[in-house]
Amino acid sequence: MSGKHVAKNQPKTFIFSSENIKKMKEILCKYPETRKKSAVMPLLYLAQKQNEGWIPLVAIQYIADQLDVPYIKVYEVATFYTMYKLAPVGKYFVQVCTTTPCAIRGSGKIIEMCKKYISERESHLSNDEKSSWIEVECLGACVNAPMIQINEDYYEDLDADSAEKIFKSFKDDSLPKFGSQKGRKGSEPIKQRLTLLKN
Amino acid sequence: MPKVKVDGIEIEVENGTSVLQACEIAGKEIPRFCYHERLSIAGNCRMCLVEMEKSPKPVASCAMPVAEGQVIYTNTEMVKKAREGVMEFLLINHPLDCPICDQGGECDLQDQSVKYGGGTSRYELNKRSVKEKYMGPLIKTQMNRCIHCTRCIRFAEEVAGVPELGSINRGENMEITTYLEKTLDSELSANVIDLCPVGALTSKPYAFEARPWELTKTETIDVMDAVGSNIRVDTKGWEVKRILPRVNEDINEEWISDKTRYACDGLLTNRIDHPYIRKNGKLIECSWDEAFLKISEEVSKTANIGGLVGGMVDLETIFALKDFLIKISGSASIDFRQKDFYIDSSHLCNNLFNTSIAGIDESDLILLVGANPRLEATIINSRIRKNFINKKTEIFTIGDPGEQTYKIISLGDNLKVLKDIENNNSIFSEKIKTSKKPIIIIGESVLNAKQGRFVLETSKSILKKYNSLNGLNILHQSASSVGAIMLQAYTNTEEVLKNEILYLIGADEINIDTKNKFVIYQGTHGSKNAKIADVILPGAAYTEKNGLYVNLEGRVQSAFKASFPPGNAKEDWKILRALSDALNKPLKFNTIEQLRYKMFEFNPALKRVDQLPSIDVNTLGTENVEVIDSKVNYLPIDYYHSNEIAKSSKTMLECKIARQSFKKTGTEN
Amino acid sequence: MLQDKDRIFKNLYGDDSFDLASAIRRGDWDGTKTIISKGKDWIINEIKKSELRGRGGAGFPTGVKWSFAPKEPKEGRPHYLIINADESEPGTCKDRDIIRYEPQKLIEGSLIASYAVSAHVCYIYIRGEYVNEGKVLQQAINQAYENGYLGKNAAGSGWDLDMYIHFGAGAYICGEETALLESLEGNKGQPRLKPPFPALIGLYGCPTIVNNVETIAVVPTILRKGSEWFASFGKPKNRGTKIFCISGNVNNPCNVEEEMSVPLKYLIEKHAGGVVGGWENLQAVIPGGSSMPLLPKSTCETILMDFDSLIEAKSGLGTAGIVVIDKSQDIVKCIARIARFYKHESCGQCTPCREGSGWMWRMLERIGRGEADIAEIDMLMDVTKQIEGHTICAFGEGSSWPVQGLLRHFRKEMEDKCDPDKYYQRENVI
Repeated sequence: MSGKHVAKNQPKTFIFSSENIKKMKEILCKYPETRKKSAVMPLLYLAQKQNEGWIPLVAIQYIADQLDVPYIKVYEVATFYTMYKLAPVGKYFVQVCTTTPCAIRGSGKIIEMCKKYISERESHLSNDEKSSWIEVECLGACVNAPMIQINEDYYEDLDADSAEKIFKSFKDDSLPKFGSQKGRKGSEPIKQRLTLLKN
Repeated sequence: MPKVKVDGIEIEVENGTSVLQACEIAGKEIPRFCYHERLSIAGNCRMCLVEMEKSPKPVASCAMPVAEGQVIYTNTEMVKKAREGVMEFLLINHPLDCPICDQGGECDLQDQSVKYGGGTSRYELNKRSVKEKYMGPLIKTQMNRCIHCTRCIRFAEEVAGVPELGSINRGENMEITTYLEKTLDSELSANVIDLCPVGALTSKPYAFEARPWELTKTETIDVMDAVGSNIRVDTKGWEVKRILPRVNEDINEEWISDKTRYACDGLLTNRIDHPYIRKNGKLIECSWDEAFLKISEEVSKTANIGGLVGGMVDLETIFALKDFLIKISGSASIDFRQKDFYIDSSHLCNNLFNTSIAGIDESDLILLVGANPRLEATIINSRIRKNFINKKTEIFTIGDPGEQTYKIISLGDNLKVLKDIENNNSIFSEKIKTSKKPIIIIGESVLNAKQGRFVLETSKSILKKYNSLNGLNILHQSASSVGAIMLQAYTNTEEVLKNEILYLIGADEINIDTKNKFVIYQGTHGSKNAKIADVILPGAAYTEKNGLYVNLEGRVQSAFKASFPPGNAKEDWKILRALSDALNKPLKFNTIEQLRYKMFEFNPALKRVDQLPSIDVNTLGTENVEVIDSKVNYLPIDYYHSNEIAKSSKTMLECKIARQSFKKTGTEN
Repeated sequence: MLQDKDRIFKNLYGDDSFDLASAIRRGDWDGTKTIISKGKDWIINEIKKSELRGRGGAGFPTGVKWSFAPKEPKEGRPHYLIINADESEPGTCKDRDIIRYEPQKLIEGSLIASYAVSAHVCYIYIRGEYVNEGKVLQQAINQAYENGYLGKNAAGSGWDLDMYIHFGAGAYICGEETALLESLEGNKGQPRLKPPFPALIGLYGCPTIVNNVETIAVVPTILRKGSEWFASFGKPKNRGTKIFCISGNVNNPCNVEEEMSVPLKYLIEKHAGGVVGGWENLQAVIPGGSSMPLLPKSTCETILMDFDSLIEAKSGLGTAGIVVIDKSQDIVKCIARIARFYKHESCGQCTPCREGSGWMWRMLERIGRGEADIAEIDMLMDVTKQIEGHTICAFGEGSSWPVQGLLRHFRKEMEDKCDPDKYYQRENVI
């Protein structure tokens, strides 16, 4: 593995939409006036959302200019954190947790499904250019393993069948409701719950 | 003052000392890669781990402050293991390319692995490969070798003031780069080469030129500007292979500008290595005798001879020229000013950087008047920046000098603001009232016939009124200026030019009307004024002769001969001495010692080598002069081509082009 | 078993709504004003008496940590309270449930803690992937503002508190408190050198107290029910109740709030429905999130889940993320996957971790694939020792301990893999 992949085809310009300019102002209010740099991360995320899931270099420069921070400092941040993507991703961007707790509950099978229904290779767009997938480290839902994140939503308690169902649903944009695919609430035991019984 | 014990040696150290420094005071060597005295502490290489009593883990000594009663061990099994471990980690992904690495022989990693490493390699997996990064014409990168100490990043950010370097990605994929591999926009950039403890950043112009043990090292001083940076010139045979900084806390600390470092390839090209005389309008190579004969013919026709010296000329040459002119014509029609330049000769301090370079560190308020320190005296600029970083000192300017490496607050660009300040009518008046050590730095751009006197006298009045004249600073740009003033080698440039015979020594900036004039050009490079000369005498560059220079503080420093003049070229004072013989008016010295003896008789202050002048600046008088209502016009500075050596340098040309394209494309889009 | 009446997180499973009204019905914000009116010293003292230890992994006594903050803020140097919600330790998913189901507990605890450490601003640093959880939390914060529980004179206490969410963006290391501060300042999450400690020089150079979500969320209940009540659970120095996350090869993986010092076997057998294939099918358990060395089955029989018991067993409670590994798993590959996690998450700042974490992973992979020489096992141990204790932050330990645990308890399995005659390949999921 090497560093982050930066897209070859880069847009020439980037500015925040008027809605996001409003959001930027709200974000800046969170931090002391002399500490505008703190807003680098939320602004990068905002840019990523605006630009269909990835951050072009011009957006990095745009944010640096907004915050009066050297370009390299924003670039450092954009390459350090895994959630920032510097190259296009699918409309349905699937992140499969494969860290040990998910792995021992069968995340390998989810990966197989990704290869079958999305793309043979990680980070590559599917044939219909609608989705892409990557392996990620622990997403913090271990009790509901194995699980994936699609865009912003967690799909939990998966198995090969439910994963297949989800991936197939990309075609007609009919994703099932996120959360446990086995119908349990949060991280309660799926059977034999012994606690918090009468509320 | 806390007392600590290092390997059983009890020492008392200043508060705020780090454990690493304490160990050094106790005489214990602590290996390190990331730690550097002049940079912030990163603590990332972990090479300086030592054992500390009551701490279960070894501590990074560079980052640990001393505390009363600490007991430190630098020689235990724990420390040895820790060092071996770190060394092994640093080497697993470091290529084994020492035989083709320019850092070889002066590599911290090499040296420390011999001394502290485990001796064998256990890593059998593939080594990481990292793409080269473009960093401009000076810095060659070989990023496989990088050990991520981040010295270069910290230097760019803290000292150079150009936060353009960074480390991208994370973990084992971390890479050092500039943003999108742009040239570092700094005049100090090449210092990262010295700072790099391995061969990741090496010198591009010096690539594969020599091994350090093949080089003859001469400690001397630089003449690219009036700062007098201390340098080491490394030569192989005649060739100057490279120039490195020498530590001088009072002047350049351990930095030098890129020009100081890299103009030296200009010493190898475009050199005048023979005398020439003009025959039928063409310059023809000739012998010394022929050249001298030609001059004596002219001198026999008229005794009207004037001399001009250039910006890189040593004291001995100026003195010899002045003496020579007196011998020939009875008086010295001489000057060093090649532009409109106001001098108040009534007191030497009117012409000095009186605060001293090191004194900048203590100042708490700075005013630039028509000065652009970044380009006029890069090293002084780094001191100003250091102060700005350490003490958050406010820096004001009259005139817009363009981008500096710190925040400047403009007081407008009209010089009459000075009068407002004096009359308590400016925000700066309020600032200077409460300031303990304010300094004013006056640039050559405003030291002209029209503005100079007003600027100087009003600045003095301001300082005298609110504080002290210690803050009066003239920012000279040429290495010869203060020396020439101390040798009283100035009359009036216009008058000098009226002479029928002109003797130019390295004076290349001025435009000469050659009509009805006989021009002798003594110099090193086939430059503008060499081309219009009637006789060219080949002289020696600053690395090719022993000589004294006075820097802008008034500090006399010795330059030493590292190489020798090419071909038939000679040291400059010797040429004048020989010519005086040919003219039958021999100068009264035969050796440089004799020359210096006479020169010191003329001005005994020049004897005080390496010291600041002993004159008290507060004895300066001030005058009230009429207010000048005029704007600051900065004289254009062609930074990378500011003298004939730099103009002949391929590297400087590359820097100039890189900078131009940088400015053109900017970093927008 | 802990009785439901003593469970702090009554809505741990999201049976009820997270909204303010429901939270108040469950007992949140009851007498907050009175609690605060008793003063900082009383609060800090009660927390000290409750023996609450930080729930983020290191287990530092919370009351003591609070007492490190300077008594009064100096001019121009405000104090900050930071809630560490960057939950990323593999095996751990408790803070997520607090945030999405019990956010008012966290907000109320933050107000009390902010008051105790003289902070008027509280940032909640939540991992970037928890987008939906963050939305819930923001709604909860908005509701608290709207009803006077945050902002000026919060909850009528006379204390002003502003609370902001700051999202991370995918970096485990930002759970390290100084890396978190760097990240909050808009930098890469690279841990700072200590000293100075954040309590004196933290966010923006100002005194800062960083606490885990669970730590702060239990504070109001402790102060309402009394430190004696909280300290009545668990063994000395390991008091109170705790959310355990039980994942891996169990029949009913779940989060459950139990008392400290509960037997591990009880948690697995009772709450998580037992090991898949029965207790005898148990191979090992990671008791406290991925950084904690695993326990072999023999230890799992009797071990109590608290800080000190687990340290005695050469492991640790960590975040109480219990990962159960049954005999169908290739234990070397399980740990190799954890090593890969650490390689991926190393910030790259200091040498041992940057270079060593990848080396460990690659060696474990080689051993797992049966490509390694037997001598590499000792070398691997050596490498873990070269990382441990030599790094800027505790990541060095976090990455080397699980490998050391493997070497300690499963050396035989590793040696077998290095022996060409014995090498066999098992089907497994990794």
